[in-house]
Amino acid sequence: MIFRRPVFWLTLVFAGLMIAIPLHNNNVSLREDLILVAVAIILASNLNLMIGYTGYVNFGHIVFYGLGGYIGLYLATVRGWNLVLSALLAGLAVSLCALLFGFGILRLRGAYFALATIGILVAVQSFVYNFDPWGRSTGLYVSFAAYQPLGGARRALWITYFLVIAVMALSMILSLAIKISKFGLGLFAIREDEDAAVVLGVNATVYKAIIYSVSAFLPAVAGTLMFYKNGMIDPSIAFEFMLSLEGIVMLMLGGKGTVVGAALGGGLYEKLRSYLLTSPKLSNFHLVIAGVLLLLVVLFAPGGLIGWLYRLVPRSEKVIE
Amino acid sequence: MTALLEVSGVTKRFGGLLAVSDVSFTLAEGEILGLIGPNGAGKTTLFNMVNGVYKLNAGKISFAGQDITNRPPNEVVHLGIARTHQIVKPLYGMTVLENVTVGACFGRDSLQLKPARKVALEVLERVGLAERADTPARSLTIAGKKRLEVARALAAHPKLLLLDEVLAGLNPTEVELMIGMVRSIRDSGISVLMIEHLMQAIMSLSDRIVVLNLGSKLAEGRPQEVVNNSDVVEAYLGFPDIVDKLRGVQ
Repeated sequence: MIFRRPVFWLTLVFAGLMIAIPLHNNNVSLREDLILVAVAIILASNLNLMIGYTGYVNFGHIVFYGLGGYIGLYLATVRGWNLVLSALLAGLAVSLCALLFGFGILRLRGAYFALATIGILVAVQSFVYNFDPWGRSTGLYVSFAAYQPLGGARRALWITYFLVIAVMALSMILSLAIKISKFGLGLFAIREDEDAAVVLGVNATVYKAIIYSVSAFLPAVAGTLMFYKNGMIDPSIAFEFMLSLEGIVMLMLGGKGTVVGAALGGGLYEKLRSYLLTSPKLSNFHLVIAGVLLLLVVLFAPGGLIGWLYRLVPRSEKVIE
Repeated sequence: MTALLEVSGVTKRFGGLLAVSDVSFTLAEGEILGLIGPNGAGKTTLFNMVNGVYKLNAGKISFAGQDITNRPPNEVVHLGIARTHQIVKPLYGMTVLENVTVGACFGRDSLQLKPARKVALEVLERVGLAERADTPARSLTIAGKKRLEVARALAAHPKLLLLDEVLAGLNPTEVELMIGMVRSIRDSGISVLMIEHLMQAIMSLSDRIVVLNLGSKLAEGRPQEVVNNSDVVEAYLGFPDIVDKLRGVQ
């Protein structure tokens, strides 16, 4: 039962604090900081389902976020649909695309799969660059009127924030639920040795396609919410390859394959990045840091921060999942 | 006795290499059938065709009256054929118990996690790995890993077990334990098809033996008949005097 898992309650407390602290004194700048942390956690957690659980490195994970942003923003602004409904539909649509792509590219393994995921990212981006209804390279803009259904821009931003925090909590709970399920056991078997897993009876083709599709859903929902909050979307920010790479750094830093590790890595990396981005002398230096971090983690702590904790306190593995 | 497994005219080519050529045999329910032959005879290739890892170029395989030719491995397990690997393939990052739980979860009964874990613990008890349940699979000795292979296969609750050289690399005590285990598996109602190089063991365990050489079936029969077959002695065993040695064992 998931309710007996400490991480489940930890997630709820964490999400509660993320809401309560900026709300307490109406701290808008803190809220804007924390929403980026939440998005980093969403991306890292869902990427973890592929890399950490299944052992397939997805370099193009950000495509789900960007495509979700486009579909959701189109529905919410151009069509004028309800924001939550638009976000959910965007999630479903992107998941469905991922399922179709997944059956195709998940036949590939290792480096070839990774290359194919980059290919998908580039292909979708080029498509959007040339797609008229989505404004080609100019992108889509959210008119001020679009915030009216939520009671004006000021309230809309808070509501979006709460929704993003909810998606963050859901991402972590989803990771936990999969980890303790039979489905998760099948994924771990695939990660350890796919050929052996198939001989043991795991339907690897279907399992991989499902997890690829599942890992697309919440990032797509988050994409809608974030680009709605930002008020605009264009192909260069929606499908930023660097963000895809940074997602991998976050995951490796925190500890792939663990629920808490993905969240911790996402949160810490995002804090570090925004510090480096805003300090005038170090503009864009964050990518250098990211590269060095990744190198250090891969070389000296392949289990990331959580893996390191497991080694220090072996019993923690049962609690901090 | 009815035929549980029926292999007829199977052929497998790898490019220009004819690995298995037109091999046919049947395995009766409750039988231990030994598969022997020199290195490169096509024994493991034959296993890989039976459990669906390789696609056949020709021929047909049926199991329990059902055509299973070219069915993927994960479906073959559900129908009741489990196997072990000659080169052991533990899921290294997982514990021994988790490894066997995978076998039970995705085997013939498709158990849920909880019952699967129970079955896994029972099987570990049976193969003598119970006290290693929580250790990572990578830290087992080679004998332990071979047992883990058997345990995972057993947890799938198979009707037929394919054992690929489970005795290779074991010391004499371990060999004896494993032979006892194979006997008890058969006594529990599971038929066994086994590849083995250790002649004494396979001669004493098997009800019948199929001999492969260079991809073709060379001989078939009871162990006694096979060792007296002059083709087998010449082509496979090489030295005629080994027959006398084996007779001594029987």
